[in-house]
Amino acid sequence: MDTPNGYWMPPAASTVAQSVDDLYFVIFWLCVVFFFIVTGGVVYFAYKYRRKHPDQLATQQIGHNTLLEATWTIIPAILVIWIFVLGFRVYMDLIVAPGDSLEYQVTAKQWAWDFRDPDGCSVPGELHVPAGRPVKLTMRSDDVIHSFYIADFRVKQDVLPGRYSSVWFQADKPGTHNIQCTEYCGTSHSNMFAKVVVHTPEEFANRAQTFCKVTVGKEHGEKLYNNQCAACHTIDGNRLVGPSFKGIWGREGKMSDGSKVIVDENYIVESIRIPTAKVVEGYPPAMPAFPTLTNDDIASIIEYMKTLK
Amino acid sequence: MNDHAAHAHDDAHDVPFLEDGKGWKSWLFTLDHKRIGVMYLWSVLIAFAAGGVFALLLRLELMAPGKQYIEADTYNRFFTLHGAIMVFLFIIPAIPSAMGNFVLPLMLGAKDVAFPRLNLLSFWIYGIGSIMALSSIVFGGVETGWTFYTPYSTNTSGAVVMMTLSVFVLGFSSILTGLNFIVTIHKMRAPGMSFFRMPLFVWATYATSILQVMATPVLGITLLLLVAERTLGIGIFDPALGGDPVLYQHFFWFYSHPAVYIMILPGMGVISEIITVFSRKTIFGYRAIAYSSLGIAIISFLVWGHHMFLSGQSAYAGMVFSFLTFLVAIPSAIKVFNWTATLYKGSISFDAPMMWTLSFMVLFTIGGLTGLFLGALGVDVHLHDTYFVVAHFHYVMMGGTVIAFYAGLHYWWPKMFGVMYREGPAKFSAIIVFIGFNATFFTQFVLGTRGMPRRYYNYLDQYQPLHQFSTFGSWIIGLGFIVMTVNLLASFKQKVKAPANPWGARTLEWSIPSPPITHNFHKTPVVTEGPYDFPVEGQAASGAEGKHA
Repeated sequence: MDTPNGYWMPPAASTVAQSVDDLYFVIFWLCVVFFFIVTGGVVYFAYKYRRKHPDQLATQQIGHNTLLEATWTIIPAILVIWIFVLGFRVYMDLIVAPGDSLEYQVTAKQWAWDFRDPDGCSVPGELHVPAGRPVKLTMRSDDVIHSFYIADFRVKQDVLPGRYSSVWFQADKPGTHNIQCTEYCGTSHSNMFAKVVVHTPEEFANRAQTFCKVTVGKEHGEKLYNNQCAACHTIDGNRLVGPSFKGIWGREGKMSDGSKVIVDENYIVESIRIPTAKVVEGYPPAMPAFPTLTNDDIASIIEYMKTLK
Repeated sequence: MNDHAAHAHDDAHDVPFLEDGKGWKSWLFTLDHKRIGVMYLWSVLIAFAAGGVFALLLRLELMAPGKQYIEADTYNRFFTLHGAIMVFLFIIPAIPSAMGNFVLPLMLGAKDVAFPRLNLLSFWIYGIGSIMALSSIVFGGVETGWTFYTPYSTNTSGAVVMMTLSVFVLGFSSILTGLNFIVTIHKMRAPGMSFFRMPLFVWATYATSILQVMATPVLGITLLLLVAERTLGIGIFDPALGGDPVLYQHFFWFYSHPAVYIMILPGMGVISEIITVFSRKTIFGYRAIAYSSLGIAIISFLVWGHHMFLSGQSAYAGMVFSFLTFLVAIPSAIKVFNWTATLYKGSISFDAPMMWTLSFMVLFTIGGLTGLFLGALGVDVHLHDTYFVVAHFHYVMMGGTVIAFYAGLHYWWPKMFGVMYREGPAKFSAIIVFIGFNATFFTQFVLGTRGMPRRYYNYLDQYQPLHQFSTFGSWIIGLGFIVMTVNLLASFKQKVKAPANPWGARTLEWSIPSPPITHNFHKTPVVTEGPYDFPVEGQAASGAEGKHA
């Protein structure tokens, strides 16, 4: 798995890697042949026709030779067009993701990668994928241009601000490979590093119990609600200790100090981190802080709240 | 060979141009294309030394992963300066402005370029632009890379505006020189010098000049837009302001790909001259080489998208650009085959200019062939923005243009300064640079193929041995250039007078004394044969007579 693919290439760990390498070596040997034709010709002629006494002249002046020139125009032309076709074929395999791909969201920023699997699971600095399934990454940047590169998979794609780009791959064997940024993005460009971890399908299916406990999304938010919030906040409009979450998102509420507040992301974050900062009029300042909830957890709760119409 | 050196004349300007006027004013306000060429020459040599020092410092830092001697931001500034200085202050003006200025009018049998005052203005603009570029170092430095990609370049701190404006200014120098040469080639040829009797260096310069005039304005406008975005907040490239960062790349490479040929075509011209002279052989396929220069010039405008296969441009655009990129390989291949065939049945000597030229042949061949990997879409995805690309363009730009420049420098040095350098150290330096170059850059093909990204201050441990080897190679290159420089400068002290035509060349610049007089030719020469009509064994050498009336 981790053995390089010959002297030149890194391990070939994706389904397309071998075809890229095959094409690489087609071009490689073509180059070797042409290199030896040219340098061989130069060295041979330079030796054979070396000047042996200062006044020696050329033995023949040849202006041109149409047949020879046509030959060395047409043969290389055919060869390069052939390489073009091969290159384009491999390229189409590289860029057209199969329809049944698992869809991931990727966000790049100076200088970190954020990966979210289809269930919203995110592990900092690690992209966890199952073996044997095509994976499609839809990528965007929060700041400048980055580029997503897994050398062992032979895939690379620029990641742009203000526009989505995508890349796909399928790895058939479990293992760990490096992700590097390949578009210069400032001070820590060379440390914008992450890992892709390929799991067996079983490992991947059980990720919620093992490596992927931190998740984001409304389902995760609902779980957190049931565990942490439901004791004081209903979702059906009834009053418990605190206000119900039903229809809460975007509502304007009056606070105990007389101010008015719209329930948005900032209000929710503040209410969870510093519950006594703004207390809704008519309710006791009874809510504790929840320091164990991560930012992703709070984002998930917000997503869940939005669904409570 | 006719030798006009024997003629005595009492014209006021009938003195070697180097002695025609003393003091800095006689240089800075000269209208003599030869003096302007010499000023360019010293300027670009200083730029090469500066860019080279930055390169050595970069390689030193890369001896091992993590911090060795300098911080990441310093490293990023250094690679930006290395690139910007080498591209804008050295390679682009090196052969056209330094050597072109000196030898082009001589090759045409002209007394000067068409617009001598414009020529001086070009040099002044180059000087102002260079000072601006170097001043960016004290105004906070630039760490965007020489490509100034947006939106990084519009948001990062530092002297980006100063650096981009300097490139804008330098562009005018390039445009005016190109314009001057086009008119000179069209209007100032000696009687009898048809287009197909022009030396191939002139053809190459002609193609280069067309590119300079047509492509450089695009870069100028692009950089002005960048400055407008940075200083006035006008959204053109930054998506946060409603712009498109990929648009910048299109604009930038629309200039900068033809610029690659602005850099290499003149080098090809130099090689065409030297390889004939040191083989005493007419060039094989004169027309093919001349037309391939023009072919390259035209196709080079249509391949910019191959820098952007992974930028998010459409797959169809990628396909078209890949195809056109392969087409541009053909004219370059034709030239290499023609040069090789020129050696056949020649009388080949291995003087210093020829040693540099043979080095060029090998290195440029590798540079050109490795372009095939990058043109092939499927393989480029893996190699793009890795050290493979770094190695490839160093083989083309340094192995090609820079080596050709030094071949030309050794070739025309006797003509420019009227003195001969010592052959031994000159050949030795060519060999040392060749060895060091391959040690440095061939290693980088391996690094890149194994997935080492470029512009990296830090890197994975697995790449360390190759990086270290590459750094050792860079010291060998440095040594080679030190030997070369000392040897060339020593020629001023040794004062071994150069004959008018030390190499037995047949182009017009060798028909006049070394160094030439201010007005070049006592009488306008009349051309009756091609530039490479060398005699053959057994044929009387008198075949050359009557060439220059």
